[in-house]
Amino acid sequence: MIAEKYSKEIEGILARFPTKKSAVLPLMHLAQHEYGYMSEEAKREVAEILGLDPTHVLSLAGFYSLYYEEPVGKYVLEICNDLACALRGADEFVEMASRKLGIPVDGTTEDGLFTLKTVMCLGACDRAPMLQCNLRFEENLDEEKFDQLLARLRQETDEPSVVEKIVSYANRE
Amino acid sequence: MAHHLLRHRDIPDLHKIEVYREHGGYEGLRKALTEMTPQDVIGVVRSSGLRGRGGAGFPTGVKWSFIPKGPGDKYVVINTDESETGTFKDRELSERNPHQVIEGAIIAAYAIGAKTIYNYFRGEFMDAAYAMEEALREAYDAGFLGENILGTDFSCDFYCHYGAGAYICGEETALINSLQGELGQPWSKPPFPAVEGLYRKPTVVNNTETLANVPLILVNGAEWYTSMGTEKSPGMKIVCMSGHVEHPGNYEVEMGVTYRELIEMAGGVRGGKKFKALLPSGGSGPVITESALDAPLTYEGLTPHGSVMGSASVIVMDESTDMVWAALKMLHFFKHESCGKCTPCREGTFWMEKLLHRIYEGHGTPQDVQTLENVANQIGGRTLCALGDFAINPVLATIKHFPEEYRAKVQGASNGQVKKAAAKTAVPS
Repeated sequence: MIAEKYSKEIEGILARFPTKKSAVLPLMHLAQHEYGYMSEEAKREVAEILGLDPTHVLSLAGFYSLYYEEPVGKYVLEICNDLACALRGADEFVEMASRKLGIPVDGTTEDGLFTLKTVMCLGACDRAPMLQCNLRFEENLDEEKFDQLLARLRQETDEPSVVEKIVSYANRE
Repeated sequence: MAHHLLRHRDIPDLHKIEVYREHGGYEGLRKALTEMTPQDVIGVVRSSGLRGRGGAGFPTGVKWSFIPKGPGDKYVVINTDESETGTFKDRELSERNPHQVIEGAIIAAYAIGAKTIYNYFRGEFMDAAYAMEEALREAYDAGFLGENILGTDFSCDFYCHYGAGAYICGEETALINSLQGELGQPWSKPPFPAVEGLYRKPTVVNNTETLANVPLILVNGAEWYTSMGTEKSPGMKIVCMSGHVEHPGNYEVEMGVTYRELIEMAGGVRGGKKFKALLPSGGSGPVITESALDAPLTYEGLTPHGSVMGSASVIVMDESTDMVWAALKMLHFFKHESCGKCTPCREGTFWMEKLLHRIYEGHGTPQDVQTLENVANQIGGRTLCALGDFAINPVLATIKHFPEEYRAKVQGASNGQVKKAAAKTAVPS
């Protein structure tokens, strides 16, 4: 239950706005962080905290691309293959990544560790090919760096996510 | 030239408040709050000729002057929902020079009488957001935010808000809807945000880069600002260079440099290849070719060439680029990002992508190219926001400048069909 686990953070977020509804996107970020994707439970909890109709949260989850409507791997590798990145080899990079992971785009590895996605411009076109891994940017990539990234992620223990760091600021005095 | 917006490139650790202050940081705010009335501030920004750096180019001081005077809630909203393909300037500013953005926003709030600032960040920019949050904490601790700023009776709060992946939220009314917890869809103006914006209160929405200009204008004066750039497009601009150039990245230039100079600045076309075309404003501005390269980087410079400066996100393409492929990439982007509110955009981009895909794959006919243009012309000017107009640019401009590439694709297809038909008849029935 995010309401209990993050009660202080949620209070901090709510204090930022004159209406409760404005807190819906930040709370959805929090819920997704907790549950891994916008599960039924995640949507219902956000709706309950804010007194919203659950269908509203459902429609937001469908509208905004950062919310996952289906379960994803522990690490979501989102490669930008928009024009600016594609001019610098992003499409070939996606193919390589797909081959390495043994999954198609939108697939998840059997061990549940990696999901591969392609996404629209991430605002890092000068450092293409690049990808976003759980909201962290990995830039100027090539096959060797991709291998290193996978190796690192396979060993990584639970370090605080960017979302957690950001949310902690909601407690700012 | 020396950097004014990307000053962090010359000054290490500029993101730290003590370094920022050593280099004149928060002097603009001090000057505004202790020596000027809000009207004076609007006046200086107006005289500087600063125009919106998100791409629309609306004069910033004029925008501020539309906010009704007198009591009542008002808001400043910073647009850091930088999502245009090929644009990465606001991210660098937020990450490396966040105090200049914060200072500009507080000055804006003072000018219009707002007590709350929201910075709408795209949710993907969490690393930059983290730097911005750190800077905010410093600004609060130093007394530049919160109650009675600099001992005056002006109080102001500043919050970052995180979007969740939607290009359309860069459009100001969609951004406001999103900030209110709704789908990020634009509304039909009027009402304009200056009259009825966030929570139906008067609201100024300014781009991140625009606000980073403001402290400099306050400190150095409007004349200093107008001494740079051109008469109608004064000042400096961050240009995002990407695609087939040797050194992609952000370049801060005085307005008025030519596109040819920009390419040179970025190390020229990659691998010594020949230049073919560039997109001057990410995906949204019509493509230009060699003949337009000597046009100046100004809001008006590309008008004779049928294009726009926009956010100055320059995507360079060399001779090896398939322009139908490039158009398809862009169209796919706009189809994906269409918010679905207006039928011409929602349905039109869907069908256009299907048609263009067929042409690109070599299965199209000359009629398909005509249909593509026909559908595009039914989208243009028939949507609430500019996304619909943007979406048709990559297609119409590439058809205009590179008709032979479309012809080659559809002729190839006709030949293929002839062959197939011949093969069919050859098969014994």
